[in-house]
Amino acid sequence: MSNRSSVEIFTEWDIVAARQLGRNEAKNSGFGTVDQARITTAISELARNIYLYAGKGKIEIERVSTDGMKGMTIIASDEGPGIPDLRKVMEDGFSTSGGLGAGMPGVKRLMDDFKVESEVGKGTTITATKWLR
Amino acid sequence: MPQEVGKQYSELLRKYVAHENETDLYAAQQVSRKFIEKKISPEEVISLHKTSVEKIFPDLASRIGPSYDFLIEMMIHYGLALMEHQSLVRKQESMEIEMDVAVKVQDMLLETTVPKVGGLDIGIVSKPANKMSGDYVYFIESGHEEACVAVADVMGKGIPAALCMSMIKFGMDSLREKANDPRHVLEVINQIVEKSMDDSMFISMFYGKYVASTSTFTFGSAGHEPALLYRAAEDRFVELDAKGLLLGISKDVDFQQESVELLSGDFIVMLTDGVTEGRNAEGFIEEDVILDMLRDVKNLPAQQIVDHLYTELFKMQNYMLHDDFTLVLYKKE
Repeated sequence: MSNRSSVEIFTEWDIVAARQLGRNEAKNSGFGTVDQARITTAISELARNIYLYAGKGKIEIERVSTDGMKGMTIIASDEGPGIPDLRKVMEDGFSTSGGLGAGMPGVKRLMDDFKVESEVGKGTTITATKWLR
Repeated sequence: MPQEVGKQYSELLRKYVAHENETDLYAAQQVSRKFIEKKISPEEVISLHKTSVEKIFPDLASRIGPSYDFLIEMMIHYGLALMEHQSLVRKQESMEIEMDVAVKVQDMLLETTVPKVGGLDIGIVSKPANKMSGDYVYFIESGHEEACVAVADVMGKGIPAALCMSMIKFGMDSLREKANDPRHVLEVINQIVEKSMDDSMFISMFYGKYVASTSTFTFGSAGHEPALLYRAAEDRFVELDAKGLLLGISKDVDFQQESVELLSGDFIVMLTDGVTEGRNAEGFIEEDVILDMLRDVKNLPAQQIVDHLYTELFKMQNYMLHDDFTLVLYKKE
């Protein structure tokens, strides 16, 4: 299997496909049941954001290793409207109160490393990594 | 997750499944407390449970395993909700610390000293309903001869209200040596407030000035609750009101000014609507009730009268303040 695989997100079914891909990769990388569920939930949230706010985009899964640590990186990218107020979407209570789900702070908590790059009118790329312990 | 924790859970579960003893359930409760301390999430507990069950019932493992995986999936969001809750609680704690600092600043900024003027006994009680008060009392004394007082109610609370109060204070301080007639003081403060505060900020204020040599009390009001004057000789109450718009509404307002002479045993009660609009289970507390209470203790020193009134009204409202509560009493000895 190659180091990188991806799923294009157009419909809600693609969210399920991205989840499936992520779970298989997590399992094969040696993550336990709980971490598999966390990684999958993070992918689900990111894919859903693409589906709801950008319309289309891509989820990529990559196996990574540095300094003897092995892990898994999720890259969610789209060319949607972008996030005008990053600080606000990273705030607790912002998305959950509106019933939007775990939101960005949730994804950040589920994973170990988390990075957002977003430009209004151009799109958003979110990179999140979970390390094997 | 530390392995010993998992082992402990497994053994406890095995014991309970074998004997179904309350003791083991009590022990489980202690363990759960330790888990929370160690920040072990709900989904991790279920994973632990799954592993333990599979050890205790090896023949069932393949059949029930997936159902636990399903439950773990379900619990991920509960774990997130819990973490979010904890982080919001921490945020609230730090906000409360900030609030305490603001309250301290407000107290320092708004400190006032009760004047000592011949023949006049003064009592004051001012209690905020929440941490920061919207009521404000400020005294100015000049040479044991004059005792001026402002009783104000700022509509709005918190920091903006505290800023408003400091304006009142500095307005009064700047006028202390010059013309300090109520009409003039209200005019000046109105102009300051109108200029500096946004349109949503209003203040009602009662301003009184007692002059010892003539025993006269001169007062003006900017849309504030009327004060109550108790006439000892006639044993009756008179409302003291003067025409005037709330502060901050319009730049040019004419404030009326009235005077009364105090005789021995007379007293004036200045208050905010937190006193007159107290509520109990049956509705608003009637004004007559308040007047009767005042009559009962009219012979006590001023401070004891206001303390009594506060205690009684607080009790009547079921030990809850719905609004900031302020009473100032001027009593002619």
